[in-house]
Amino acid sequence: MYELDWSSIPGALPFLWQGMKVSLAITAVAVVAGIAWGTVLAVMRLSPARPVSLFAAAYVSLFRSVPLVMVLLWFFLIVPSLLRDVLGLSHATDLRLASAMVAFALFEAAYYSEIMRAGIQSVSKGQRSAALALGMTPLQAMWHVVLPQAFRNMVPLLLTQAIILFQDTSLVYVSALADFFGAAVYVSALADFFGAAYKVGDRDGRLVEMLLFAGAAYFVLCCTASWAVRLLRRRVLA
Amino acid sequence: MISVRDVYKSYGEVEVLAGCSVEVRKGEVIVVCGPSGSGKSTLIKCINGLEPFERGQIVVDGVEVGKRGTNLPRLRARVGMVFQQFELFPHMKVIDNLTIAQVKVLGRGGEQARKKALALLDRVGLREHADKHPGQLSGGQQQRVAIARSLALDPVCMLFDEPTSALDPEMINEVLDAMAGLARDGMTMVVVTHEMGFARKVASRIVFMDQGRIVEEGRTAEFFAEPKTDRARQFLSKVLHH
Repeated sequence: MYELDWSSIPGALPFLWQGMKVSLAITAVAVVAGIAWGTVLAVMRLSPARPVSLFAAAYVSLFRSVPLVMVLLWFFLIVPSLLRDVLGLSHATDLRLASAMVAFALFEAAYYSEIMRAGIQSVSKGQRSAALALGMTPLQAMWHVVLPQAFRNMVPLLLTQAIILFQDTSLVYVSALADFFGAAVYVSALADFFGAAYKVGDRDGRLVEMLLFAGAAYFVLCCTASWAVRLLRRRVLA
Repeated sequence: MISVRDVYKSYGEVEVLAGCSVEVRKGEVIVVCGPSGSGKSTLIKCINGLEPFERGQIVVDGVEVGKRGTNLPRLRARVGMVFQQFELFPHMKVIDNLTIAQVKVLGRGGEQARKKALALLDRVGLREHADKHPGQLSGGQQQRVAIARSLALDPVCMLFDEPTSALDPEMINEVLDAMAGLARDGMTMVVVTHEMGFARKVASRIVFMDQGRIVEEGRTAEFFAEPKTDRARQFLSKVLHH
């Protein structure tokens, strides 16, 4: 019978907190950039210009048909060398955090764009007509009249997607694989909350306890956030 | 001011406008009436280019609407439009509903736009509601705000698409009064409405439509006294006698 031993957790908390900060930073950047780019994609998707809407449709179905882990791995392998060439950075610079942020933002934009598209379509056509009748261009009507209402209608869904995104940040543990693939020029390893828990647990031989603890932390955080979104949704609908 | 010549439009197989022609001179008030589905709303939406049409020609204040290369936003800024469902922007305060197009479309300064907006709200009797959101106003008040919003751009003519059809009966008159006031001030207006009392009092001419065609057109007094066609006679007997 396996004996649970929680004694290594208190000492690991500072390290775990570092990991949590990485998770939160990736989530924040990916949510903001993902919503912005996703909104642009949604507007493009609804554009009457066929090449523009086709590009957006292709982008969305590409990212929605590929596993997130794959995308992350590509980015850990490709983006760092690309950025180094473009920005002329030295090989010692650790770009894995930036790579992760870019990958998540581009991936999540595909999902956010579908939410924003539904949001735009939830605003009555008469609103657009009224804006056009006042002399606004189609883009002005979109920006000043349709998008603010679309965004407001979709806030609960956008936040729910952010909670899923926060859980998905645990996948940056594949950055360890990037080392394995021979790109091992990084100084420090990128460890999000999950990665930190894994590392400490592995080191102390207390992996089961560490992962149970990490799971509990994710559960409490995400449950609380979901509950807050439900409250907000009720207030928006009221 | 507005010239509609032989305009055709269809949705797939269904012909909604079948050769409509109307001339509206400066300062005239034209009431367009007819049974529902007769194409009245479509016709006035063609006038400011909100609905495309297939054949014919529409010229508003010297600008040809359907031509390629026409700057439609610029034209629409000079043609006011009031909708059946008001279509105020719910996420903005009343005052911002009146200033946004002045600033973003005409390029007026914020202070100038605000002054204009308050003066117009005063004119429709709603100045004290400037800082509310549209949802806090009654239907009649919202429609008066919508009229003020259109006037804020100093339009050369105004289009009304069944402006009282979505209102509770007790709110209809406040909107019709605002429209009658505009007509007295010499505004060129095209009004789609079932309010025959308003038409009789305010309209210079009546256009009667049925099944996408302009069946009859005439001076207001003559139209009500002795309609020339059977269809207009039937329509009038239905809307007037109850």
